[in-house]
Amino acid sequence: MKLLLKDIEKDNAGQVTLMPEDPEDMWHTYNLLQVGDSLRASTIRKVLTESATGSVGSSRIRTTLTLCVETIDFDSQACQLRVKGTNIQENEYVRMGAYHTIELEPNRQFTLAKKQWDSVVLERVEQACDPSWSADVAAVVMQEGLAHVCLVTPSMTLTRAKVEVNIPRKRRGNCTQHDRALERFYEQVMQAIQRHINFDVVKCVLVASPGFVREQFCDYMFQQAVKTDNKLLLENRSKFLQVHASSGHKYALKEALCDPAVANRLSDTKAAGEVKALDDFYKMLQHEPDRAFYGLKHVEKANEAMAIDALLISDELFRHQDVPTRSRYVRLVDSVRENMGTVRIFSSLHVSGEQLGQLTGVAAILRFPVAELSDQEEESSSEED
Amino acid sequence: MSRHRNVRGYNYDEDFEEDDLYGQSVEDDYCISPSTAAQFIYSRRDKPSAFAEPLQEEYAYEDAEEHANFTSNHQLAEVDQARLQSCLDHMKELLGDSVPEQVMVEAVLNSKFDVQKALDIVLTENSKQNMKTKNEEAVTTVKASKGKTRDSQSTRIESEVVPKVTKMTVSGKKRSTGFEVPCVGAEENGQYAIISQKGPSSGDASITSGAIEMVSKSALPSQTTLMPEEQSTAPTPIKKSSKTKQQIDVKAELEKRQGGKQLLNLVVIGHVDAGKSTLMGHLLYLLGNVNKRTMHKYEQESKKAGKASFAYAWVLDETGEERERGVTMDVGMTKFETKTKVITLMDAPGHKDFIPNMITGAAKADVAILVVDASRGEFEAGFETGGQTREHGLLVRSLGVTQLSVAVNKMDQVNWQQERFQEITSKLGQFLRQAGFKESDVAYIPTSGLGGENLVTRCQTSELTEWYKGKCLLEQIDSFKPPQRSVDKPFRLCVSDVFKDQGSGFCVTGKIEAGYVKVGDRLLAMPPNETCTAKGIALHDEPVDWAAAGDHVSLTLTGMDIIKINVGCVFCDLKEPIKVCTRFRARVLIFNIDLPITKGFPVLLHYQTVSEPATIRRLLSVLHKSTGEVTKKKPKLLTKGQNALIELQTQRPIALELYKDFKELGRFMLRYSGSTIAAGVITEVWCPL
Repeated sequence: MKLLLKDIEKDNAGQVTLMPEDPEDMWHTYNLLQVGDSLRASTIRKVLTESATGSVGSSRIRTTLTLCVETIDFDSQACQLRVKGTNIQENEYVRMGAYHTIELEPNRQFTLAKKQWDSVVLERVEQACDPSWSADVAAVVMQEGLAHVCLVTPSMTLTRAKVEVNIPRKRRGNCTQHDRALERFYEQVMQAIQRHINFDVVKCVLVASPGFVREQFCDYMFQQAVKTDNKLLLENRSKFLQVHASSGHKYALKEALCDPAVANRLSDTKAAGEVKALDDFYKMLQHEPDRAFYGLKHVEKANEAMAIDALLISDELFRHQDVPTRSRYVRLVDSVRENMGTVRIFSSLHVSGEQLGQLTGVAAILRFPVAELSDQEEESSSEED
Repeated sequence: MSRHRNVRGYNYDEDFEEDDLYGQSVEDDYCISPSTAAQFIYSRRDKPSAFAEPLQEEYAYEDAEEHANFTSNHQLAEVDQARLQSCLDHMKELLGDSVPEQVMVEAVLNSKFDVQKALDIVLTENSKQNMKTKNEEAVTTVKASKGKTRDSQSTRIESEVVPKVTKMTVSGKKRSTGFEVPCVGAEENGQYAIISQKGPSSGDASITSGAIEMVSKSALPSQTTLMPEEQSTAPTPIKKSSKTKQQIDVKAELEKRQGGKQLLNLVVIGHVDAGKSTLMGHLLYLLGNVNKRTMHKYEQESKKAGKASFAYAWVLDETGEERERGVTMDVGMTKFETKTKVITLMDAPGHKDFIPNMITGAAKADVAILVVDASRGEFEAGFETGGQTREHGLLVRSLGVTQLSVAVNKMDQVNWQQERFQEITSKLGQFLRQAGFKESDVAYIPTSGLGGENLVTRCQTSELTEWYKGKCLLEQIDSFKPPQRSVDKPFRLCVSDVFKDQGSGFCVTGKIEAGYVKVGDRLLAMPPNETCTAKGIALHDEPVDWAAAGDHVSLTLTGMDIIKINVGCVFCDLKEPIKVCTRFRARVLIFNIDLPITKGFPVLLHYQTVSEPATIRRLLSVLHKSTGEVTKKKPKLLTKGQNALIELQTQRPIALELYKDFKELGRFMLRYSGSTIAAGVITEVWCPL
């Protein structure tokens, strides 16, 4: 993403103009947008024209509209962002107050104005425009009969394909069905890799599985590649990295990212960092439960005591459309920073972010133990979820 | 033109009268004459094959009714018979043929052989009836072919059933309540008919099957011979191919089967390279289940591959991959016979990565053999943390295995030392006690899998005979007590494998957890919620007509698409389907874990043959280990050794049963990144319905 213009007043109201470049930028934009903001972007509108004779014709016209945002819709598979709202600026074709849906497109700039630009949003803009934040990794997590082909970008884990094949088990004296099904399964995974992984962008492909599946698969794939003279695969052979994972389900990706061999190769990726942070939290919870808190109430309490060393928070919470609730989280983040704590904003599209989201979305590692809250308060905090 | 005549000749008063009497709704008021109706509409009822379900219900009901008629005469004492006859004669004189005999018999029985009272009953009923005679006649013309029993039945039930031809689809429940015959056998039948229409409620499950049994048991010989005859004269011409329900007394048959030998499912577990496959492979060879030529081939080939010691393991490890690496990857399944039992043997993989496979095998087992390596260092490696001996032991216990034999293998490598044997048994004994095995249910046997010693016959090696006088492995297997099978419960089969076979349809294999199945039965597959027909049943690769709980069978199915079925589906009784949900509560026991469990923890749920990703949605309470009292509500986290109530959510719906209803089907395991973190039982299920 490119930042073209930033005009923010003292009172934090203002606007920025951005140019999204790749699908990931759509995700960032999705996190920037809030109901009530105004968005100005180029879009296509179908306009009805009535001629003097009364015949009606319709034409599609590209025009620039300014909307007051009402609903935001993000398709994580296609990485498309649709914003619906009412027109708030005079336009040749569209009446004031008429509804329109803008689909943001890559390489077309848009302007976003907010009444309040808070620290979290500003950080997000900065992060989105930082070019060093891009190390694309592809991962194939598999077990016999199940495979997920994923793309891991700094802030997203996208499941590109899920391959599920029923593999008959070995039976006495009859293994052919098993072997044949297995071959079919490998073939499908291989197809999925070729179709969904862009080797120009991807630096590394993780093949993670329990047992010997990954070895068998890689053997099969390169054998096939040699047979069919598939240059694409053969040239990128060095990019494939075999790691251990306990299963072929998506969350096993976390284990693959934790693997030391992988961690070296992609030490900068946000995904790996998040996995590690969450791991640290769990370790703390195991050893010193009084130094690891989760749930908004608990964490706020700890924050009051200025005890938070690291705050883990899911970006899902900042997409909350209720302004007071959202500002509560923003205040928490700001105050932790003030107290020299670190804040990690997890992407809810990553596996670790998903887990954090399940864990109320906010967790903290404390500097010193804080006594647990009384049961009554606990109950009220759990009821929120 | 005949139809037109019919319409012209139709007495419209009849229709009007009917309307007045019964206040029919408009929808029912078709403009069709009774004879047309008889010709067309009734035929729909005649061929109910389109509705498989109502057909069976009705059928059961008719059976019941016929039983009742028969037994009502049959079960009376001779004196009473005579009294009944005299009463009937008396009544016939007065009433003539206007009242069917059945009604009279009933009246007599109800009035306890008092002729006057009986007459009263019959006459009052008759007068009621007379009001409706006209349309009754319409019905009887229609029913002319249906025989006397039908008639009598319809007269009796008309207070509830509107006897209009087009409205004849009446639920069987109503009818059977409208008929009372004071006879035990009949009442049981009636009960069966009623229950069969009730919704799925677990409580009824046992009653239903109980009733089936009682029917088959209490049925008099003459009755049973009569049954098919009556069925053939039954008024509705039904395709009597496979749908004819034969009541097989499964329990009795079960005892007779296999020459009185009981079936037992045995799983072999233990750390990787403890020699599980070799031990069992050698046992099979010694029992003659593997012929010499094959064995010779294995020996030659394994020698060629440079793995001569794996020859016996090749008996069970059949895929190329397994042989090449010398590691069992999937459960190998075969059978053998002992003196008193037929054993279904499951050879589980020992490698850490294949524990999911091991769980699917162990979930089907009744008893287990834990194989440990006696050689120095190897036992310790398997037993300490990170080894599979502990994890496997805990897993099988949590999956409901109570009887365990420990085969202390590779004893020849330590020269059959008694000290080593005792060292291992004492270490293991302590652990197994903690895991919850009763000491009386655990036996230790020194063996050598490769040498084949102390397997089938007691060992002759002097080093061993000096101090060991106990059983050999085969004798120990023979002495396992077979578990109680829930044959009485509704049918359940968990699919462990789906494959195409020769011929039409496809095959599923799995263990029948409860109930029984016969060839031709209609089955319901959950979660896809689809019905199909069991075309064939094979037990140990031999076709059989039926199979019951505990059997490991493969079913050939028709009427369903193979892609809808995958491993983990449950086939069940149409009337008592298994619960399907995505969210349930469970009581769990947390194992030794590195990371504490919090809310939102992603886990892999292993339930029977399924492994499904799930998340822990809520930690409800921590329970006291022995008393089960709540010690803490809504805990922040769960740590090792705790007993807790949690709520789990799966991504896709899965078929589950409560622990209290089906012990076998109520257990599950939770795993996280390659280690087992908890075992649990299902306590509550949220059904979306």
